[in-house]
Amino acid sequence: MSLRQKTTDLKKRMQGALQGGGEKAVEKQKATGKMTARERILAILDEGTFHEYDLFVEHAGKDFDMDKKYLPGDGVVTGTGNINGYPICIFAQDFTVAGGSLGYMHAKKITKIMDHAMKLKVPLIGINDSGGARIQEGVNSLAGYGEIFYRNTLASGVIPQISVILGPCAGGAVYSPALTDFVFVVDKISKMFITGPEVIKTVLGEDISMEDLCGARVHAEITGNAHFFSESESDCFEQIKKLVTFIPWNNSKKAEPFPSKHPKSKLFKIDDIFPTDSKKPYDVRKVIKAICDDSEFFEVQELFAANIVIGFARMDGQSVGFVANQPMVLAGVLDVDSSDKAARFIRFCDAFNIPLVTLVDLPGYLPGVDQEHAGVIRHGAKVLYAYSEATVPKITVILRKAYGGGYIAMCSNHLRADFVFAWPTAEIAVMGPEGAANIIFRSEILGSTNPEETRKKKIEEYKEKFANPYVAAAYGYVDAVVEPSKTREYIIHSLEIAAHKIEESPKKKHGIPPF
Amino acid sequence: MENDELEVAPEQPDYKPFVILEEVYQTLLTNKHLARKPYTPPNHKMIYSFIPGTIRKVFVKEGDKVKKGDKLLILEAMKMNNELTTLVNGKVKKIHCKTGEMVTKSQLLVEIA
Repeated sequence: MSLRQKTTDLKKRMQGALQGGGEKAVEKQKATGKMTARERILAILDEGTFHEYDLFVEHAGKDFDMDKKYLPGDGVVTGTGNINGYPICIFAQDFTVAGGSLGYMHAKKITKIMDHAMKLKVPLIGINDSGGARIQEGVNSLAGYGEIFYRNTLASGVIPQISVILGPCAGGAVYSPALTDFVFVVDKISKMFITGPEVIKTVLGEDISMEDLCGARVHAEITGNAHFFSESESDCFEQIKKLVTFIPWNNSKKAEPFPSKHPKSKLFKIDDIFPTDSKKPYDVRKVIKAICDDSEFFEVQELFAANIVIGFARMDGQSVGFVANQPMVLAGVLDVDSSDKAARFIRFCDAFNIPLVTLVDLPGYLPGVDQEHAGVIRHGAKVLYAYSEATVPKITVILRKAYGGGYIAMCSNHLRADFVFAWPTAEIAVMGPEGAANIIFRSEILGSTNPEETRKKKIEEYKEKFANPYVAAAYGYVDAVVEPSKTREYIIHSLEIAAHKIEESPKKKHGIPPF
Repeated sequence: MENDELEVAPEQPDYKPFVILEEVYQTLLTNKHLARKPYTPPNHKMIYSFIPGTIRKVFVKEGDKVKKGDKLLILEAMKMNNELTTLVNGKVKKIHCKTGEMVTKSQLLVEIA
């Protein structure tokens, strides 16, 4: 055979493998509003950069007549490419081929591209669209999942791992995304569950729809399993491309710097956004936008535990992670969910050399039976652990309330914030004035001729004396009390000063965080 | 995602009072917070199913005297036969289920007086 004939033969073989599950299956996939595996990869990566590997891999199943079947690429597409010029390893399960089911070689392809990502130290993106284990391949399917989970765990904190759920992701399979750093879901398309509605119905008698049990919105709002929610696959891909610009390729690098830009100061004026009365709500995201480059804040887990805000922004061109109490939702309290959300984000930033900027305005931890019984002690401790453990530059700005345990937890001086600033509106105290006055002056109030008046007077007295930043500043717990309009400048300067910070942690195998 | 137009004309959110340690804050409440179940202290005289399943056997009848630890019934769930016993001494006041019946979670099965 001549070279030309050989090339024609190769092209023919490729064409066969590239057809996926065939016309009918592709049609069915599109009818449900979904793109095919290759279309998805091409939509995420820079044009012309995708290079596919293991196209000719064939499945290994022999039992149940599986040896008579041809499953192109064994139901998964793997390869490398670029996003905004960054190198990326990527895989996408192909639902049109045997429902994207995971067999031995399917898993091998995934673990191979994961090993590549780890060796080359580049981010890994996994697109999940699979009915689950390929039952015909028995324990080899389970082995495949196990190998993937193990690699997810070893890669955690070394390379960024992104999971995109674009179809069902069921049973054991959901534990791979759960082990990765960011999970993207799309409304009506993503389904993540351990046991589906049918099993729940037959075994437990509980009747629930697929969407209500495990749809995208549920994971974005209630469970917190998802970090990014969008209405369509193309919106989802835009989010992925944006996220990649804020994070480094691996844990030995920093995120790529961008040109510095001023905030949109006409749109976001602290004077207009921020009420000094500590009981009035406002949207803390607007304060972030008033401070950060170009007023561009890329929020993570927007719908879950909205009483804390986390996300990425840039300060003088450098990527930073913002953590901020949200007074507009549940008064900005720390509770089980918000503690969990913040702690994980702090650990991600620390692992990937992204400095942390914390904006504090919270009344403390949320009281209540449901919170205590849900383990607010254990979950709340995660915030303390994550901040104390983090060695990236840590800058804290106390905007208004910083009461009690909440003050300590929100990256206080005591957890080794590098710089703590307070606005003149800050109230750093053991608790709110009303509660404090009622305890401290209890007998005085009850013993007076007009208890209500005495109470009011005592509350005012306490406010005057303690509801300010100056007591904490007098002990050096606050490094500087700054005018709100100078906040950006102070943060940028501190980040610059702390940029080459070296903080050694005690030698250990690993800590035992309150998981 | 970003939407500058939305920032220019914000809707006034539906703030509600929210009390934390005697201070009253104006804030939004989350669906999850609103959906939480109020706490009720356990009443050991009312025996509920702790899991959905099928009643396989009822050991007692109405009027029987029972002592703490006595078997009341078998509730089969997740392929396990779970023995439900009483945590209090008393008399079986009413039995709300029968052998073979499918029960949901938190369904009242037996009342003890």
